[in-house]
Amino acid sequence: MATMLRSAVLAEHILLKNATKVLGSTTSNWQPQKQQTRNLNVHEHISYTLLKDAGIQVPKFGVAKTKQEAKKIAQDLATKDIVLKAQVLAGGRGKGHFKNGLKGGVRMVYSPEEAEDIAGQMLGQYLITKQTGEKGRICNAVMVTERKFPRKEFYFAIMMERAFSGPVIIASSQGGVNIEEVAAENPNAILYEPIDISKGLSKEQAEKVAVKVGLSSQKDKTADMLLKMYDLFCKKDALLIEINPYAEDAGETYFSLDAKFRFDDNAGFRQKELFALRDWTQEDEKEVAAAKFDLNYIALDGNIGCLVNGAGLAMATMDIISLHGGSPANFLDVGGGATAQAVKEAFKIITADPKVHAILVNIFGGIMRCDVIAEGIIAAAKELNLKMPIVCRLQGTNVDDAKVLIASSGLKILPVDNLDEAARLVVKLSNIVSLARDAKLDINFEIPL
Amino acid sequence: MATHARILSRIIPDSFKVGQSIRFNSYDATRVNLKLSGNTKVICQGFTGKQGTFHSKQAIEYGTKMVGGVSPGKGGKTHLDLPVFNSVKEAKAATGADATVIYVPPPGAAAAINEAMDAEISLIVCITEGIPQQDMVKVKHRLLRQNKTRLVGPNCPGIIAPEQCKIGIMPGHIHQKGVVGVVSRSGTLTYEAVHQTTQVGLGQTLCVGIGGDPFNGTDFIDCLEVFLKDPETKGIILIGEIGGVAEEQAADYLLKHNTGPNAKPVVSFIAGLSAPPGRRMGHAGAIISGGKGGAQDKINALEKAGVIVTKSPAQMGNELLKEMRRLALA
Repeated sequence: MATMLRSAVLAEHILLKNATKVLGSTTSNWQPQKQQTRNLNVHEHISYTLLKDAGIQVPKFGVAKTKQEAKKIAQDLATKDIVLKAQVLAGGRGKGHFKNGLKGGVRMVYSPEEAEDIAGQMLGQYLITKQTGEKGRICNAVMVTERKFPRKEFYFAIMMERAFSGPVIIASSQGGVNIEEVAAENPNAILYEPIDISKGLSKEQAEKVAVKVGLSSQKDKTADMLLKMYDLFCKKDALLIEINPYAEDAGETYFSLDAKFRFDDNAGFRQKELFALRDWTQEDEKEVAAAKFDLNYIALDGNIGCLVNGAGLAMATMDIISLHGGSPANFLDVGGGATAQAVKEAFKIITADPKVHAILVNIFGGIMRCDVIAEGIIAAAKELNLKMPIVCRLQGTNVDDAKVLIASSGLKILPVDNLDEAARLVVKLSNIVSLARDAKLDINFEIPL
Repeated sequence: MATHARILSRIIPDSFKVGQSIRFNSYDATRVNLKLSGNTKVICQGFTGKQGTFHSKQAIEYGTKMVGGVSPGKGGKTHLDLPVFNSVKEAKAATGADATVIYVPPPGAAAAINEAMDAEISLIVCITEGIPQQDMVKVKHRLLRQNKTRLVGPNCPGIIAPEQCKIGIMPGHIHQKGVVGVVSRSGTLTYEAVHQTTQVGLGQTLCVGIGGDPFNGTDFIDCLEVFLKDPETKGIILIGEIGGVAEEQAADYLLKHNTGPNAKPVVSFIAGLSAPPGRRMGHAGAIISGGKGGAQDKINALEKAGVIVTKSPAQMGNELLKEMRRLALA
């Protein structure tokens, strides 16, 4: 009895280690990275479904929204080795923990009853991992799947790559958790097969890849899998499909044991079904609110709110704030076609962040008209009764109209023409506000006429 | 999600990343088509739409030789006192147009580019943002194998030879005819560089916004070649950002072609130094994946090539003026 318990714990430990590696979350120089937003990210079970529907072999699985469903799926799987995976859009699930104390978002279980029990403790709970931050992400579904014991592990990916001006197959016979080390130490173990987008992937080319990567005994099946993968890649406007590992299990059949997809946001208009699968519960509410107005907003950790037009200028604005010793609270690109309404909403979102002590507006009007921005700022300042200082730097189309509007609004908006000065000023002001708040003092800014 | 992209980025060998993206001699021959002049004749695709109308008006006011536009189904009509045609072929035949600017929404934009290529128009400037990457991969495939048409963009502000020809959405009044060549992946950040070089009295010869998409028609190297060969361009500003290896490739090119006593001074700013890794900051192309594509790598590569890289976006003009004075070019 004791031996069995001990080996169970050991197996779980090994699985936990492997699970996190398969999810690609822990290597020596990995940095915690926040979820990429506005870049369609789909749940793991959807990745599995996409592969399955395309005819690519995946382990048997089901998705449970209740613990009873989990038990039923486990029973149907008819295996003693079951893996429960919390469907949360973040890496590091295996090493994470739930708010209710349950450890691990990826768990091995050995019976339908256990599946029911553990799934019950996962569903409706927040999973906290290195990538989710302290808040965690809600787990509304659990994937119940049969555990596979991979023997040989291969790596296959198809991606749109700039260096090849198009799609390329990347393959290796040394797939699995250490693919990165393989790439570093033995680059010859990785092969590349660019695909001519006008011709597509032929059976011959796919077979060539299969043979080169060491699967000549499985040439037909592998080539078939690659053809299906490429077909899926094109059909869904994917930018990346990565199967790692593509592994042989004890029964000598090959399975895709883990898959990552990345989809092209620009293709949203013609991939409505796919983009409807986006799970908004997994994203930051502010970023969701911003997307509604076509604003590109990413929350950061600092205390200077930014409102800029153009991604390059927005990044440069963050850079210059950092250069002057400040810390941006967000990245926000209002884009070329923003209306006064959108600008107002942008302000609402920025100021909803309690960390924001001062705001820098940096608008260079090309398509964007400065007077439209000014109207938005004035409307926002009035409606939101903003107390924090706003430094406003405008240049470009209709800038003079904008300046007149701001001056005659009677609001505490500081116009500064020079970007360096604007950044320096907003950093100083945000420091003043910080100090005041720390000392629990109320602070009021007056603009002398 | 970002971690596996990181894995992939490490996998692609460095030789593929730097200097060896597939270059076809035929397409390189079209670099000269970037040189605009006061005589460049321009048509507009998407002429009668909201964006097309607004920006064509602005272009005409600036002095660009707009000669007509394309709006399928509206051929024969007049718009802004200019003829409307059903197709680019018709427009080119009737007007002898050298260039076309595209304001067609994403679902039809790739087709619009193809149509202009069918007509063998010398220069296509595609402003449209949001074209699916797969569409652009197909367009680029065709583009690289021909030698009549040069594409700038998509998702770009356009190209302007100050006081001569403006093709795009940039505010004309900040520009001034002068001696600096500006090339940039960003739109509004380009305007900063232009504004600054105007303010310090240098002015610009040609400003090219190559756009932020990963699959596009013109890169830094194409523009650098034009600037290096142009006797009127005495200094260069190159604005880059995180994501991809275009800046590293440009650095490589400059090492080979811009050294010695006649080297032209180049000032650069790379946006996104303070951006956290793994975040997509707006542009489809601006993603740091796995250690490559980060700002510091680019800064290092450019400095090795003799480029002056400024950490402040507000100092591009000043830095270039300083360097040009040092070299007695200004």
